Amino acid sequence: MSAVTSPSDDDLASGHPGETLQPARWRDRKRYAWLLGLIVPLLPFISWGLVELTGLGLFWLYGPVLIFGVFPLLDVLVGLDASNPPDSVIKWLEQDRYYRWCTYLFLPLQYAGLVFACWMWSHGSLSVLESIGLALTVAMVAGVAINTAHELGHKRASSERWLSRVALAQTGYGHFFIEHNRGHHVRVATPEDPASARLGESFYAFWPRTVSGSLRSAWELERVRLQRMSRGVWTIRNDALSAWAMTVALFAALALIFGPVVLPYLLIQAVVGFSLLEVVNYLEHYGLRRSRREDGRYERTAPEHSWNSNNVASNVLLYHLQRHSDHHANPLRRYQALRHFDEAPQLPTGYAGMILAAILPPVWQRVMDHRVVEHYAGDLTRANISPRARARVLARYGGPGTAAAPGTGGDPLAGSTQ
Amino acid sequence: MSRYRCPACGYVYDEGLGHPHEGFPAGTPWSEVPDEWPCPDCGVRDKIDFERLP
Repeated sequence: MSAVTSPSDDDLASGHPGETLQPARWRDRKRYAWLLGLIVPLLPFISWGLVELTGLGLFWLYGPVLIFGVFPLLDVLVGLDASNPPDSVIKWLEQDRYYRWCTYLFLPLQYAGLVFACWMWSHGSLSVLESIGLALTVAMVAGVAINTAHELGHKRASSERWLSRVALAQTGYGHFFIEHNRGHHVRVATPEDPASARLGESFYAFWPRTVSGSLRSAWELERVRLQRMSRGVWTIRNDALSAWAMTVALFAALALIFGPVVLPYLLIQAVVGFSLLEVVNYLEHYGLRRSRREDGRYERTAPEHSWNSNNVASNVLLYHLQRHSDHHANPLRRYQALRHFDEAPQLPTGYAGMILAAILPPVWQRVMDHRVVEHYAGDLTRANISPRARARVLARYGGPGTAAAPGTGGDPLAGSTQ
Repeated sequence: MSRYRCPACGYVYDEGLGHPHEGFPAGTPWSEVPDEWPCPDCGVRDKIDFERLP
């Protein structure tokens, strides 16, 4: 199967399931792999099983071990898959309800795991360290649940949008559903977008900017929307307020049932959970920028404005989120139908490994900065540069128009570049 | 009553239906929708990119 080079006009119909088209020959090789994504919400139970089996309390930490240890390795071992479904089967693929159920099923498992964890925190006679370990495992579920919410929140059906908000309740990130769709997708890869990272900006500088910026953006979007309805912001019709109310109700119910002892762990899993989302936000558009047209508007979002990866393991874990350029071209397109574009910038490994690099800024800088420089052929005036790092970045990689400084050979991920 | 379509995702703004959740009650003419209003479904295109349907 060949890779497509640009979004085609067929994309117009995406999200409008039309006639049933049976593919003549094509078979989806990832079809049953998507069920593996359901291993993530089972992590609290798997951790418990491993602790019971081995007697080692260390296994409460199995969630972070799987996400930060096993998946980066799997990305290297399993390798890449750049194959695309042919354009003629996209509609058929999108209307196959099996794929939706793979995402819907995440939610009951997610909340079963949360309730189970609360029971362990209150009745499981765990040490404080073991309880924190379990909270970090639950946080991995919560973070990946934001990715499931992301897939569901982009759809037209109100039932799927509602499920999206339910999945976000665990992290208190209900405003993501507002900001992401109506803020991030509109301003992506511009300096105005809080969720697009800038060249020279470390994850730790990005974190407060995206967390606070996305919150303010969601609030502002709701304020303007409600103003058009001649309403103030303090109403249950404010989608941000109603989403947060869901979190308050959830945490209050869990504290009532299991005791206030669960509250600090609920807080830990929420903060670490949404930080996992934010580190993924960090790597998706790092340094990339849309240029301004003569009329003052930004050029349309193109494949070149997102970092992509075809590593199979992370793609299965994150419902093809790594085929990020197609997602931004066709936000309503269902995950199973997202395509690889040859001209889209590629990360040296999957998102799982890139998360590890992002939390170690010197490694990130070494791996990614020269890739941004090369992407813009040395012309960094075209990049989205952090104002605070501008002088340092330009001094290191050369000013406008100078040739790209090649990688220095210190790139620890170079071996897995495709 | 005219209808306008988002060229990216196919969403249709129908003046007869408006978009009450976005603050445009049924019957809101297209001219009263602000130019910078992005498509409520995909966010990829703005009002001025929409195509009038015959």
